[in-house]
Amino acid sequence: MEWDWAFVWQIFPTMVEGAKITILATLLGSVLAAIVGLGIALARRSSNRVLSRSVGFAAEFIRGTPLLVQLYFIFYVLPDIGILLAPLVAGVIGLGLHYGTYTAEVYRAGIDNVPRGQWEAAKACNISARQTWVHIIIPQALPPMIPALANYFIAMFKETPLLSAITVLELMNQAKSVANSSYRYIEPITMVGAFFLAISLVAVFGLRWLERRYGHIEA
Amino acid sequence: MIDWTGYIGLILDGALVTIQLTIMGSALALVMAFVAGLGRLSRFLAVRSLATAYIEFFRGTSIFVQLFWAYFVLPFLGITLTPLQAGVLALGLNVGAYGAEVVRGAIQSIGKEQYEACVALNLGRWQSMRHVILPQALLLMLPTFGNNVIELLKGTAVVSLISLSDLTFQAQVVRAQTGNTLVPFTTALLIYFALASLIGWGMRSLERRMARGLDGVRV
Repeated sequence: MEWDWAFVWQIFPTMVEGAKITILATLLGSVLAAIVGLGIALARRSSNRVLSRSVGFAAEFIRGTPLLVQLYFIFYVLPDIGILLAPLVAGVIGLGLHYGTYTAEVYRAGIDNVPRGQWEAAKACNISARQTWVHIIIPQALPPMIPALANYFIAMFKETPLLSAITVLELMNQAKSVANSSYRYIEPITMVGAFFLAISLVAVFGLRWLERRYGHIEA
Repeated sequence: MIDWTGYIGLILDGALVTIQLTIMGSALALVMAFVAGLGRLSRFLAVRSLATAYIEFFRGTSIFVQLFWAYFVLPFLGITLTPLQAGVLALGLNVGAYGAEVVRGAIQSIGKEQYEACVALNLGRWQSMRHVILPQALLLMLPTFGNNVIELLKGTAVVSLISLSDLTFQAQVVRAQTGNTLVPFTTALLIYFALASLIGWGMRSLERRMARGLDGVRV
């Protein structure tokens, strides 16, 4: 079978529609992962043993099981207990929860990396807990986290084709439906690969820039 | 009431396929990691750029797309793979690319004095790599390799989408036959988590075993 450019241009608009959903799912998933990760990181630091242990185990469990099965679980099992979700919503929740357990580790490392002297100095200056977090710890912890977080968002972007398994009409699913109706696999699937490679390469350059900009704090 | 014994048997059959895929995929990934990782450190520009292209390509595109490409597009180029072969190929090449960066990082983190000592002892490039550098670098690679194997295990869920009857696929089959979603997916999640914990435990004991006798020599 030969590569056919005319066919490529013909299916291009359909693929762009899919790409939009892919990007939307990545953005929403990233926001959710950032929030969930913060929640997990804070819960694990809590002095309440029961809370920190159970959240820790749940995060461990989510990280040890495949995203695909979690997506199936959210999409097919939750309706049994009365929670009916649109495919895209289920997908974003799955992505956000799964990657939230990874971003939690980034937050944890970032917070742990702030030297103990800073906490002690804050206490010595009689700064309240809230002020310590907002004005002392977070401004120092955040910049080194940015490249690591961006790394996970690129990883999440590459996992979005899994959403096609729960009927989200993203790029991969558009490619499959084009392939199924025209019996041509070579162009659509290769285009999906090229699209992901292109975005990832651009993202890698962005990541390098972020690393140079935020990767280390000046002492 | 559903008689679950037969269905649990089906799911366990799937688990066997998952384990098989994980082992074969890891073997291919290990080979590719060393070939590409050492290739990136080669003296020859051609070898270096080939290894870099391989690593960037497989890290830059999604495992899902690579798998579909291997299964649906390669037949048009005259290479027909069974689902199992396509799965092992895609998983092994994908995780191998991540492993290659681990190999490169570990080798580069070995101190310069070790290389200088090799030169002083008149060891050849291959000899110093084999007897001095790799034994030290291997220990540094192990924890990350452990994470990579768990990623590979989670990646195997994706092969269910090219009709390979792995754990996730069998869970779907049971769901279709019984109409019950909670039991098959929960069982699948528990099995995946058990396997991931087993790999984590195995890697930690391997690391302890290899670190034995090195106390006081290096970290």
